[in-house]
Amino acid sequence: MANKDDIKFLSNPKIGQNRKKYCRFRRFGIKHIDYKDADFLLQFINEQGKILPRRITGNSLKYQRKVASAIKRARQLALLPYVADLLK
Amino acid sequence: MRNFEVTFIVDPVLSNDEIKETAQTYVKSITEVGGNIVFINEMGLRQLAYNIAKRSSGIYYCIEFQLEDPSFIAVMELALTRDERVLRYLTVQLDKFGIKYNDDKRKGLIGKRKKPGTDAVPPADGVAPQSENVDSAK
Repeated sequence: MANKDDIKFLSNPKIGQNRKKYCRFRRFGIKHIDYKDADFLLQFINEQGKILPRRITGNSLKYQRKVASAIKRARQLALLPYVADLLK
Repeated sequence: MRNFEVTFIVDPVLSNDEIKETAQTYVKSITEVGGNIVFINEMGLRQLAYNIAKRSSGIYYCIEFQLEDPSFIAVMELALTRDERVLRYLTVQLDKFGIKYNDDKRKGLIGKRKKPGTDAVPPADGVAPQSENVDSAK
């Protein structure tokens, strides 16, 4: 029979903890979001090309708006797709 | 004086000279009305995310300029719409952060991805070799 101490490490101890989300723009002092930088904006859309909500990205409202407008500009210039399948 | 940025996509079917000429016509028209060209970014041939006018790729140009009189923007946009060599365009007014961002990017301060690189990396680079030297000296 296994000890209680052994059983403790059978499951991942980190599984229950969830990391605190933060706004990367505030933390790193990014003031301007470039709509021409499609690779960077790719982090804020899902694989269908939809803009991810703040709930998931953790952006502050101010920068979420800027991200959204940058993505929409990139879409106009065909740097990002309006609709996609398996984007990532 | 306001800073603007116009990005447009030129038809890739055209010859190299024609493509350059297209970009030059707009550069000229800006300077003619007293605009000050800050930078011309030739982003080159890129694959489009979706087809525009049955083209799947395009040559991107981005012109950053300063303009006293913003009424010229409407004139330029009309010319861009009528121009058959241009697939699409987008004009944006830059705020002070945008100006600084573009300036830093030209100097190579901004890495491939993010701005934090600019703020964080140079001091880190300055410190890191020193600490290594200290370690090796020990």
